[in-house]
Amino acid sequence: MPSGCASKLLDGFASKWLGCKFMLKEIISRLKQGHRTIDFPSADIKLSPRFMGLPEIHPGACKSKCAKCADICPTGAITITDAKPVLDLGRCVFCGKCSALCPGVFKFGSDYKLAAGKRGDLFLTGEVVKRAETLDAKMKKIFGRSLRLRVVSAGGCGACEADCNVLQTLVFDLGRFGVQFVASPRHADGILVTGPVTQNMKLALRKTYDAVPAPKIVVAAGACAISGGIYAGHPETAGIPEDIPVNLYIPGCPPHPLTILDGLLRLLGRIE
Amino acid sequence: MTAPLSLSHLGAAGFKDLMVLPPDEFYRSASGRFKAGGRAVSYFGLPEEGSAPLNDSFAGPGLFEAPAKNAGAKKGGTRLILILAFDSERRLEALSMVANDSFRSLTPDFPQLHLFEREIAEQCGLKAEGHPWLKPVRYQLKSGLPVPPGITEFFKVRGRETHEVAVGPVHAGLIEPGHFRFQCHGEMVFHLEIALGYQHRGIESRLIGGSGKLTSHYMETLAGDTTIGHVSAYCRAIEALCGARIPPRAEVLRAIMLELERMANHTGDLGALAGDVAYLPTASFCGRLRGDILNMSALICGNRFGRNMVIPGGTAFDLSPALIKELKLRLDAAFRDVRDAADLLWNTSSVMERFEGTGIVSKETALTLGLVGPAARASGVRRDVRHNFPVGIYNSKAVLSEGAPESGDVYARAYTRWLEIKRSYELVSGMLASLPAGPVFAAPGPMKAESFVVSLEEGWRGEICHTVVTDSAGKFRHYKIKDPSFNNWQGLAMALRDGQISDFPLCNKSFNLSYCGHDL
Repeated sequence: MPSGCASKLLDGFASKWLGCKFMLKEIISRLKQGHRTIDFPSADIKLSPRFMGLPEIHPGACKSKCAKCADICPTGAITITDAKPVLDLGRCVFCGKCSALCPGVFKFGSDYKLAAGKRGDLFLTGEVVKRAETLDAKMKKIFGRSLRLRVVSAGGCGACEADCNVLQTLVFDLGRFGVQFVASPRHADGILVTGPVTQNMKLALRKTYDAVPAPKIVVAAGACAISGGIYAGHPETAGIPEDIPVNLYIPGCPPHPLTILDGLLRLLGRIE
Repeated sequence: MTAPLSLSHLGAAGFKDLMVLPPDEFYRSASGRFKAGGRAVSYFGLPEEGSAPLNDSFAGPGLFEAPAKNAGAKKGGTRLILILAFDSERRLEALSMVANDSFRSLTPDFPQLHLFEREIAEQCGLKAEGHPWLKPVRYQLKSGLPVPPGITEFFKVRGRETHEVAVGPVHAGLIEPGHFRFQCHGEMVFHLEIALGYQHRGIESRLIGGSGKLTSHYMETLAGDTTIGHVSAYCRAIEALCGARIPPRAEVLRAIMLELERMANHTGDLGALAGDVAYLPTASFCGRLRGDILNMSALICGNRFGRNMVIPGGTAFDLSPALIKELKLRLDAAFRDVRDAADLLWNTSSVMERFEGTGIVSKETALTLGLVGPAARASGVRRDVRHNFPVGIYNSKAVLSEGAPESGDVYARAYTRWLEIKRSYELVSGMLASLPAGPVFAAPGPMKAESFVVSLEEGWRGEICHTVVTDSAGKFRHYKIKDPSFNNWQGLAMALRDGQISDFPLCNKSFNLSYCGHDL
C-alpha cells in the first residue's frame, strides 16, 4: 500500500537521521481511522430502522381477547390481566412474534431506553413507562461521579457480556462518564450480573458479591439475569438470590450497548 | 465384517438403517475407520426406548454417584452413535452400538475422542472403561448435591520449585466463566488443565420433543457470538428432515450473514490480540470496527448478533436495493479500515516479536486432537466445512486462502483470521452484487419420522455439528450439538505447554473459544 510505503520511508528517515522512531505509521492510521467516539446522550443516534426497541402496547386495540399473544410468546412475557395484555420487559427477548400476530396491539419502537429501577416497572400495560431513577442522595454522592463495576457472567450465551465489553471501546468510551469495568471485586463499587445464574455459578456469584465492599450496587443486565429469560425454570439455573438486592434492571436479549449505557447513567443521575 | 453406514451431508437417513453392531465389532470397525483417515465429528449416546432419559440436569444421577443409582439407564441400554468425517473424500459415515453399563474407551488410541467419551459417561451414566482422564465435563454431584466444576481432582506436578496457579471462574477480563489450573515450574507451564461447565444451562435435554416455541431461541443462544452459525446448522437439519429446499435468495442471504459474523468476530479478535500485547492503536481501531460490522447485521435484521434472521425455510428479512447499496458502502469502508488496522500489526516488530513462536500447536497435535476451524488451519490442517462439505453458494466458491501460515503459533492464528476476513469480504461483496431474485422463504413441511441427519456448518470458530434423530411422530427424539470449542479447548491447553504463564492471555485470545457453546 502506498501509505504503508510512505510511513515506512518516513520511519526509516526518522530512525536514520533523528535516532528515533516517531510511530509515524500509527499516526497516519489514526488520521485515516478518524475520530469515532459518539456524542452521548445528546447525539442524534441512528439505529437500524429494523431495530426493535421499547414496545408500545395498545390494549384498546385488542378486540378479539383471544390470548393467542400470551400463547405464542416463547418466554411467557405476555400475560392477560383484566382482559388486557401486559408485557413483561424483563422476560421479553424481542423476537417480535406478538407484533407479527397483532400489529395493532404490540408495536416495537426505536427507543433504546429500557432500563428500570424496580422489577415492577418492567411490566408494560400501555401506561407511561417508568424509567430508571437516580440513586438516593447518599449513594449518589458516593458513586455519582465514579462507579467501578465487576461483571459476573453467570450462564447465558455471552452476548450481554459482548455488549458490555463494547462500551469500553472508543465508540462509547465508558470511562469518560467515570464508569469502568474492573478486574477485581475488591476494586469495585458493585457488580453487573449477566446470565440466568447457573447452579454452577451460584457460589462464584455469592463470593464475588461478598467481596465488594459496602455500600454496593447490583445491576441485572439482560432477560436472563432479570427473569431467567429463555432458561427460566431449568433446574440448572437458580437466578440472582433474593438477598442480593438489584438496583438496576436492563432488559434486552441482549440489551443494546446504548441501553446499558443509558441505564447506568440514569442510575448515576447523569441522565434524567 | 459389517460396513459402516455411509451418509451424505444433510442427507436424511432412516434411523433403522443405522445397524447396531456388537460392541467388539464396533470398536474394531471404529479403530479401522480412524486409521483410514476418519475424524470424529460427533460421538454421543441416546437412551434406547424404555430406558431412563438423558442425564442432562442435576435432577438425574451424576457421574460420581454410585452406579447402582443409575439402574434406570440399564433397562434398554444406551445407543452410542459415532459420526465420522472423511474430509478429503467429502464423505460421512456412522457407526452404532448399544451399551448397557459401560463402553470401552478408544481415547488411548485416538485422543480426539477424549471429551466425547467423557461427555457420554456423564450424560448417559456409563462407565468409560480405560479412559485415561475421566473427569466431569459440565456438572457433577457429590452426595446428591451439585458441586461447582472447579472443585475436582486436578493433575499435580510435584517437586522442588513447582507451584500451582488457579484462575477463575470469575476472570479479570469481561469474559465468560471457566477455571484454569496451571502446573508451573517458575514461569514455565508444565501443564494446563481447564475445567468448564459454569455456563451449563441444560439446553440439549430441553430440545427433545421439539421443535417447540423455544427451540430457535435456544439455537440462537448456544453461543451468542455464533448465532448465525448455529441457527444455520439447525435450520439445515430441519430442512433436510422435511425434504425442503430453500429459495436461492435465502441461501445467499444466509451466507452473507454467516460471513459478516465471521468478519466481525475475527476483527474483534485481532483487536483483542493487539490489546494483549499492549499495542493500542489496532486494539482501539478494531474495537470500533467490530461494532461497525455488527451494525451491518443489525441493518439487515435489526439485531447486532443476527437474532431473528435465519428461520427454517429461509430468512425472516430481505434486502431492498437501497439497503444493498448502503451495506456495500459500509462494507467497503469497514474493510478498508480493518486492512489498515491489521497491517499495523504485521509491520510492528514489538507485536510480531510477541506473536511469533508463542503458543505453538504442531500439525501433529492438531490432527491428534481433532482441532477444527482457524486454530486447525493455522497449524496446517486445512479443513473447512465450507470446503469439504459445501452447501449453497460454497459449492462454487473457494474459501481457503493460499499461502496461509502453518506455524501453529499466535501469529499464524492471527494472520489466518486476517486472511479469512479478506476472503469473507470478497464473498460478501460478490454476493451483494449478484443477489438472486425471488422469495426468501418457503414453508417447510413436517419432519420425517424415525430419521436422522448430520448438519455441519463452518462457524467463525470452526466446525459446528448438529445431529438430529426424530421419533415416530416426527419430533426430536435426540438433538446433539457440538460447538467447535468442544474440539479446541484441549488445543489451548497444549499451546501453553512449556510456555510462559504470562503468555496465557495472549494464547487464550488467539483461540478465543466459547464457554457457553461448550457448556450448553
